[in-house]
Amino acid sequence: MPATTVQAPARPAPQPGGAGPGAGDHRNSPRRRAARRRRLIALLFLLPALLLLGALVAYPILFTVGRSLFDASGTRFVGVENYAEMFRDPATLKAIRNTTIWVVVAPLLLTGLGLILAVLTEKIRWATAFKLVLFMPMAISFLAAGIIFRVVYEQDPDRGVLNAVAVGVHNAFDDSAGYPTARPKDSTALAKGSDGSYTTKDKASPGNTVNLGLVGVPPKDLPKDAKPAHKAAAVKPGGSELRGVAWVDFTLGGGGKSGQVDPKEKGLPKLVVEAVDSHGKAVAETTTASDGSYSFGKLPAGDYSLRLPAKNFAEPYGGVEWLGPALITPAIIGAYLWIWTGFALVLIGAGLSAMPRDVIEAAKIDGANEWQIFRRITVPLLAPVLGVVFVTQVINVMKVFDLVFVIAPGPVQQDANVLALQMWLVSFGGGNNQGLGSALGVLLLLLVVPAMIFNIRRFRRSQS
Amino acid sequence: MTALPSTASPKNGGPRRVTWLLRQLSRSVVQLGLVVVGLLWLTPAFGLFIGSLRPDEDNAATGWWKGLTNPGSLSFDSYTALLDNSGMVDAFWNTVLISVPATVAVVVIAALAGYAFAWLEFPGRDWIFLIVVGMLVVPVQVGLLPVAKMFGAVGLFGTIPGVVLFHVAYGLPFAVFLLRNYFAEIPREMLEAARMDGGSEWRIFLRLVLPLGRPAIASLAIFQFLWVWNDMLVSLIFADSQAQPLTVALQSEMRQFGSNIGVLAPGAFLSLIVPVAVFFAFQRHFVQGVMAGSVK
Repeated sequence: MPATTVQAPARPAPQPGGAGPGAGDHRNSPRRRAARRRRLIALLFLLPALLLLGALVAYPILFTVGRSLFDASGTRFVGVENYAEMFRDPATLKAIRNTTIWVVVAPLLLTGLGLILAVLTEKIRWATAFKLVLFMPMAISFLAAGIIFRVVYEQDPDRGVLNAVAVGVHNAFDDSAGYPTARPKDSTALAKGSDGSYTTKDKASPGNTVNLGLVGVPPKDLPKDAKPAHKAAAVKPGGSELRGVAWVDFTLGGGGKSGQVDPKEKGLPKLVVEAVDSHGKAVAETTTASDGSYSFGKLPAGDYSLRLPAKNFAEPYGGVEWLGPALITPAIIGAYLWIWTGFALVLIGAGLSAMPRDVIEAAKIDGANEWQIFRRITVPLLAPVLGVVFVTQVINVMKVFDLVFVIAPGPVQQDANVLALQMWLVSFGGGNNQGLGSALGVLLLLLVVPAMIFNIRRFRRSQS
Repeated sequence: MTALPSTASPKNGGPRRVTWLLRQLSRSVVQLGLVVVGLLWLTPAFGLFIGSLRPDEDNAATGWWKGLTNPGSLSFDSYTALLDNSGMVDAFWNTVLISVPATVAVVVIAALAGYAFAWLEFPGRDWIFLIVVGMLVVPVQVGLLPVAKMFGAVGLFGTIPGVVLFHVAYGLPFAVFLLRNYFAEIPREMLEAARMDGGSEWRIFLRLVLPLGRPAIASLAIFQFLWVWNDMLVSLIFADSQAQPLTVALQSEMRQFGSNIGVLAPGAFLSLIVPVAVFFAFQRHFVQGVMAGSVK
């Protein structure tokens, strides 16, 4: 818009500056009057901002500092007692510890991830689409992100996608089936060891058949391909072969005979069986087939007992307890990375595209490989941008509240506690100790003072 | 991808062909890796969306991916139920009633102050501005207790205007900082010419500075709008049950996460549809606003 349109207002604009000093003021020269008028205009422009900042930001800072020196009810002056209390109270200590973890881990991970993705994104043609996808979580609230990640971290592998993947991967590498509730039909034949395994009491030699009858296996625990065991039980062993079946010694609907492999009774597939020699040493190990049969082909002559190791009876792998007390903070940091990586990617990507191309070209001509270029040229030249991302994130994670509040389930909230959450809990969420709450507020403020100085310095430098 | 096979001459290019192949290979590995990362980023939100379309009993029994194999079971029933839930609908309107005024007020007040800091002469100008820069990173936590007391004394505690005022105050340092710096870039000659022509400061502000500052104002408005729309902490403290926005209303359903997923999943989408729409409509200003706001 050209400047000349200024003199032609379309409609009479209200003029707060128009109400100047009184016209009858003869003591001042016109010049001083004009200066006074300009000051008054400036004040009118500034007034709303100054009033709000003064009343709702500046004054509260002073009030909070003062309030932190008084006790919970605000009647008794206690000096630095609240600050000492901060380092005695276990909940607050836990919060300080977790905030430290956040500050040490999250900004570093985020900057590193952003750097790697930014460099890789340079190599593809759909960089804009990729950045869009990663940046989108920045638009949504921590609450919505928290709900999204509560579903991701759901413990039950049937419902939580992360544990569904974890269980899938685990089962792909560990094929053994678990029968946590199985027990011997006849505990005189199979004795329970102190480690949870079961061993036959009677010894057997190659050429024998030993059938292992178990009960207490609910049909849902039995693999779908489990077959009746009685055919396999009838097979005669070879001369140096020790064989038999492990089966469910229970006929659904009744009618089976105890200790006998009845026609309808199913074998227990994927059960680990060990042959143990007279010194108690496992000399061979095998796994039962779908009809529950097992066989040790070439055992040296001797007496053996058969052992079902404890791992057969372990609870099936249920995935990782993401929202349990041990992993809750890393889990929430994961959700934080989901939200903020796009920010780091876009900022670092902008820094990359502003980098002088000729330096890299020259290095390539000199025979530098990709890694050398990355290490010796890209990273050093990007250092200022990386610094901005890092510092921004440090300030950010010091104040993290919503994500922790939303993702951590009630019982583990204390384990996930951070300073900003503890401040809320102490002052509003039932603690009702405004003295300690104020002290925590002051601590948060002190933590960002370096950033404050950094901002002011950077601004003054940009002005000079 | 347009590959460059013609540059690797088949006659004498044995080793060259190998390096070309290697480069193509590493390029496809990068492509593949980034596709995986992209999918990884989309999956969580996509999963909740599918979950929001499934009946409660399905969600209680199986994971959302099972819904993909049975598309017939998906419906928008939970959304219609949510729109019949007067508590949630009221909370949605409260979010609008908080976000819009808080954005407009910050833009107007900060534009006025930004102009004064950039182009008006008054004693102590630079010092006052430095204090504002210092306020950029002040955490809202220091303000919560005293302002709650103050609002309680004047009857603003628990009300929408109270929430708006708090957001405006804590949005101002960044807003003033951004607009002052942008306005300061306006060529001095333009302003002086306008002053010579006898335009009052108010008229210059309205007719010259505001139109020229439009890009910065747009970025600021989007940033501030998102900030307030997505806030939970401030409203958790300053809004009572009549004034609470969507984030707070949904948060109170979190305690029984499993059984309330039928409200939480569509509710989360109701709350994020507006910011995501803003994101797609104003991508450039959005990114600029968020980037500029990173000093906060």
